[in-house]
Amino acid sequence: MVGPSPQLNSSAFLALEDGSLFRGLTLGCVGETEGELVFNTSHAGYQEILTDPSYKRQIICMAFPPMGNYSFTEDAAESGGVHVAGFIVADSSRVTSHGRGGLTLDEYLRRHNVVGMTGVDTRAIVRRVRTRGAMRAVISSVSNDPAALVNRARGASAMAGADLVRELEHDRAIRVVPPGGKIPFALLECGVKQGIVDSLVRRDCRVTIFPSDSKAQDLLASMPAGVLLSNGPGDPAALPGIVTEVRALIGKVPIFGICLGHQLLGLAAGGKTYKLPFGHRGGNHPVLDLRTNAIVITSQNHGFAVDVDSLPEGTIATETNLYDGTNEGIELVGRQAFSVQYHPEARPGPLESAERFERFLEMVGKHA
Amino acid sequence: MPRRTDISSILLIGAGPIIIGQACEFDYSGTQAAKALKREGYRVILVNSNPATIMTDPEMADATYIEPLTVESVEKIIAIEKPDAIISTMGGQTALNLAKGLHEAGVLDRHGVKLIGAGFEAIRKGEDREAFRVVCSEAGVEVPRAVVARTIEDGLRISADLSYPVVLRPAFTLGGTGSGIARSEDELRSMLGIGLLASPVGEVLVEECLLGWLEYELEVMRDAADRCVVICVIENVDPMGVHTGDSVTVAPAMTLSDHLYQKMRDASFAIMRGVGVETGGSNVQFALQPGTGRIVAIEMNPRVSRSSALASKATGFPIAKIAALLAAGYLLDEIDNDITGRTKAAFEPALDYVVTKIPRFAFEKFKEADQTLTTSMKSVGEVMAIGRNFPESLQKALRGLEIGRNGLAADGKGLDAVTRVMVKKDGDDPVRREFTQEVLYKIKMPNCDRLFNIKYALMLGVAAEEIATLSGIDIWFICQIERLVDFEAVVAREGLDDTRLAEAKRLGYSDAQLDFLSGPDSAAGSTRNRRTAAGIERVYKCVDTCAGEFEAVTPYFYGTFGDETEAVPSGREAVMILGSGPNRIGQGIEFDCCCCHAAYALREDGYEVVMVNSNPETVSTDYDTSDKLFFEPVVVEDVLDIGKATNAVGAIVSIGGQTPLSIAHGIEAGGIRILGTSVASIDRAEDRELFATLVHKLGLKQPANATVRGIEDALRVAGKIGYPILVRPSYVLGGRAMQVAYSESELRLLAQEALDASDGRPLLIDQYLDQALEADVDALSDGRATAIAGVMEHVEPAGIHSGDSAGSFPAYTFSPDIVERMKDATRKFAKELEVCGLINVQFAVKGGEIYVIEVNPRASRTVPFLEKATGVKWAGAAARVMMGRTLADLKITDGDPRGYFYIKEVVLPFNRFENVDPVLSPEMKSTGEVMGIGLTFAEAYLKAQLAAGNRLPKRGGVLLTITDRDKEPAVALARDLSSLGFDLFGTPGTSKFMSGQGVPVGAIGKIHEGSSEIIDRILRGDISLVINTRDSRKAANDARRIDRAALNHSVPVYSTLRAASAMTEALKIYCRSGAGEPVRLQKIGGHSPTFQRSE
Repeated sequence: MVGPSPQLNSSAFLALEDGSLFRGLTLGCVGETEGELVFNTSHAGYQEILTDPSYKRQIICMAFPPMGNYSFTEDAAESGGVHVAGFIVADSSRVTSHGRGGLTLDEYLRRHNVVGMTGVDTRAIVRRVRTRGAMRAVISSVSNDPAALVNRARGASAMAGADLVRELEHDRAIRVVPPGGKIPFALLECGVKQGIVDSLVRRDCRVTIFPSDSKAQDLLASMPAGVLLSNGPGDPAALPGIVTEVRALIGKVPIFGICLGHQLLGLAAGGKTYKLPFGHRGGNHPVLDLRTNAIVITSQNHGFAVDVDSLPEGTIATETNLYDGTNEGIELVGRQAFSVQYHPEARPGPLESAERFERFLEMVGKHA
Repeated sequence: MPRRTDISSILLIGAGPIIIGQACEFDYSGTQAAKALKREGYRVILVNSNPATIMTDPEMADATYIEPLTVESVEKIIAIEKPDAIISTMGGQTALNLAKGLHEAGVLDRHGVKLIGAGFEAIRKGEDREAFRVVCSEAGVEVPRAVVARTIEDGLRISADLSYPVVLRPAFTLGGTGSGIARSEDELRSMLGIGLLASPVGEVLVEECLLGWLEYELEVMRDAADRCVVICVIENVDPMGVHTGDSVTVAPAMTLSDHLYQKMRDASFAIMRGVGVETGGSNVQFALQPGTGRIVAIEMNPRVSRSSALASKATGFPIAKIAALLAAGYLLDEIDNDITGRTKAAFEPALDYVVTKIPRFAFEKFKEADQTLTTSMKSVGEVMAIGRNFPESLQKALRGLEIGRNGLAADGKGLDAVTRVMVKKDGDDPVRREFTQEVLYKIKMPNCDRLFNIKYALMLGVAAEEIATLSGIDIWFICQIERLVDFEAVVAREGLDDTRLAEAKRLGYSDAQLDFLSGPDSAAGSTRNRRTAAGIERVYKCVDTCAGEFEAVTPYFYGTFGDETEAVPSGREAVMILGSGPNRIGQGIEFDCCCCHAAYALREDGYEVVMVNSNPETVSTDYDTSDKLFFEPVVVEDVLDIGKATNAVGAIVSIGGQTPLSIAHGIEAGGIRILGTSVASIDRAEDRELFATLVHKLGLKQPANATVRGIEDALRVAGKIGYPILVRPSYVLGGRAMQVAYSESELRLLAQEALDASDGRPLLIDQYLDQALEADVDALSDGRATAIAGVMEHVEPAGIHSGDSAGSFPAYTFSPDIVERMKDATRKFAKELEVCGLINVQFAVKGGEIYVIEVNPRASRTVPFLEKATGVKWAGAAARVMMGRTLADLKITDGDPRGYFYIKEVVLPFNRFENVDPVLSPEMKSTGEVMGIGLTFAEAYLKAQLAAGNRLPKRGGVLLTITDRDKEPAVALARDLSSLGFDLFGTPGTSKFMSGQGVPVGAIGKIHEGSSEIIDRILRGDISLVINTRDSRKAANDARRIDRAALNHSVPVYSTLRAASAMTEALKIYCRSGAGEPVRLQKIGGHSPTFQRSE
């Protein structure tokens, strides 16, 4: 249960494209990694975060210092693998709570070949990202040359314009889960979290999962009661192919989009997306439903947003983020399509917005 | 939704005196609520019996009443002020109970007042065990499994699906008779038998036992549009079985997965809605079964609480303020988040640090008390610390606790030294093994030293898993302590180089601990110097509610070690005010009140006020009180670093009690200027020999005295002075270990105790002025002129600590000449000591002579009382004087009672400590105080008694047990009581004497002569008042049993003749016309607020 003490590990560097340098200790694999540096303010839920495909090519800095306090479990995995490009914590625990054995954070990261860093002033990193925006960065536990690391960070590819859905290694085959479910749904898989699939299955749905390069007619041919556009990594504007297919679905079948799926629906409706300075990642973002005045605290993980001003007639903003007024939901009026920017499936985060799945099923029921 | 317009005036109920379980946190919440509501334009009416509160400052409300928190008094206030609504959720259980009382007595209906925030039904559902179970089951939240058994067989059968142990609770028994824990079927069988017999209705509730489950608390808020948010999750380090107030707690939860946390979060919302709290904050508690992850709801409080104060300080989210605005109709998204200045209150705070709270106990004051921690709270205060990891946070908290430790051991003190010897012995060494067993025993029994013992056990090689099993504390916490043990082992092996020094500071080690770990003659020099040389400097981070996601505009800081500091000097002239740390007996809310007033005054004068304190309950640690708040331990190391980080011109050390004063030397040596009275003057008053010279020089008298270093020395000196003798350690507050010895053998015993408590310092021996009267004089001096704030005459005579004595301002029996002489002596001391700030002098008066007992050139406990009584902000003026202003310029003259009498009465915690003799002595034991205001002494004394919770009777039996020397003077009061219609009873001696004087007193046998009649009569309710004047040398056991029985049945006891006489005068009013008319503070002396605090 007790792993090696991280404080005895060798040192590691975090280099940012703006020249900032932070020194800490190795966590997980020894090596070097690059990606877009972002932060997450969740207190817990690190396994869900590590396994969320939307974090592809991102280095996550956790704002809450102690991490790895409880054990990893199979049912907390959001996908088959770990997708983050790197993981930064202030204080990695060498033991897990509640008397349960299992891997420590350090062991888990090593098993999944993730280069991480611990023992670093994560608040200083968060503040740097907040003031200067999400930046390209490198973590290295093998180099002693900070200048070279900064150069490597500057050479890393940018997130804006990146089609990362294509890079996700996932099953290209069409899958159906569970075979016995009643209401048939199609899910366009752009890097889906297991939580979304589970949220549908729990509501008696049979979900047919289509790979992201599927055609609209393939989805429609499965005679779904509704289509769910999943979350996923990268810049939605770099996915014109998918947007075209989504556009072809509008009006023909009820659609529900989540996160990247929300952005895709926005683009398909004729709107625009843009990159946020440092995005929203955490489990405490308040979202106001503009129609009911209800507030839900939401789970968030996105770096891009739908530009409300760009929405064409017939597409309305339904929800808004109370922190910064960015868009959190749209609806294509009269066309049976809506989407949310946040994560109603939670995992990690508050569960109260799960009601959006109910809303989708209701819409599907009316359609049928 | 805008604020409610259907109400325009609101009555806010405070929490009354500080008691165990209810401390400064309700002044914090009440003050926040009053300010918020007033700013919204409501007419705020406020009632609280505790004068040492910021909320009762006349500027805080439109109408302020320092009156008893009883249905009778509050109805009178309602009749005068006619409020539209009452908020009862800010004043703890006291206010909630009062609200229930007002509802049940029909007062609310009669006057058309509504409860807002939480209504009567919500209060009932939160409080009533059965109603709460129903709410939870309807909401789909599990509660502990329980079944009602009516026969033994019945019980065994239905209990079969509960696993052992189980808790038995017989229905309708008093004081938990027949309840207990059964660990097996056999035990259950026999205990069911007993329980069923004990229950008048023949029912026993058999409940699943949660002992050892993990405990969590969620602070939840709800607005009128049914939006719910969790502000904070608090995890108890001590598992179920220890009251949460006595548990070490952390925030946010450390050991919960997101999955488990979200389950609790949803359950807390369901419960809040089920209980029907319309708006405001609630506290919901859960237990989690380790291993299975089963979660059950334990209880909820539909009000702000100690935990919500902690949560507010831990997150920066002001729960009470927001709750008040929600009650006024605002919605969460309409209220600003002050910390970020741009986001709204509709969110859940994200933390990027670890908060630890550690309770502070006062067992040294109650030696006979069982120190095992249980579900009944025993701690008197708490400290909070913020760090970037758990070890840092924990060690900071322990440093701030002021228990003589600099962190989690590593200091060679107490068992740390023994452990360090033991670990060098062989593992099989019998002495080491025995010692280890002893340590493990202390880990198994919950007590206040458990964390230290866990560390010792780890040092002795006990496995973390074994300690976790033994203590029920989660392995995660044990392993965090193990990090320290491992680290120290590495240091012992390889030394402390700069890299390791930096690591040590990140783990929260103090410089003093590292000095110890480096060894006494470390070649590298002191840790502090090494740190400076190596550039290992403390940095400051903001508590910002959002983990750095938004910029913070409110500077609320904690210190840590890292790459970046967020506290930069502003360039304004900064003044540090050092707070008083955790509450303890003898040092509590009074000093916090002084610190706040100093902060308000200096802010108004344009200084940048830097507050340093570690007590999360307080108003001083509200981010609103100062310009910069440093939530840090008030110890030399941390204060010096804050001085550096703020460029402060100096520190005010003389208004926060003993805590800041005791570090004055250290911080001055570290280069921080002490503002106000000089350290040398403070020493001159503290040092006995210097003081004797001073008294002599001024032509004053003091009781014969001497300073001694050992027992033989003490006996020799005592022989010269003559018995009785007062003995105490030097440099302590609240009369710690102060006792009266009547003989040589007593002195031998007491001197040893005092030596143990004095930490190597000498003992003080004083002539004890038996039966003398005492007075406290407080004054303010600017170095030239001195204004007397007030002379307070003690009701109880010498021999009872001034902090435990009732007091009257103005004096009620002293001649004007005596009062003048005391004032004059006080002025002389102020001048001679070049006092710049406050000074307190205690006098004894005997045979027309005044004797100086002690001089304290600092704010005393009585300052806030006198502020209320005179309408002058003495502590605020003191701070101004320290910054160079004069009394003339501030237009301050002697304090004036303005036509009223003000009585201070104390409350004592004896009901919390079984087996403790409930007697007043030279050692202070009270936890709090109340004030009674009246046109006469008797009326004020009556109100003070009622406010202190003494249930004075209007009829019934009075027990008199009067010592011989008091018998003669007691005749008058016995006669008065008799003519008021009371039936008098007395021990045979008292009865015979009184009857001989023509006062009929029925005789009851003495306990030590074999009669149980006295106790029986108290138990039966025949006796509703006890006057038991004690002779400390005789029949102490009888007196103790009588007092204890009276205490357990809430029968008031008066143990000195002076108090009994005062009470008799009060009863004359009470029996005739009830509790007296409420006095509105703002109307006294045509008072107009001259002191507006800056916003």
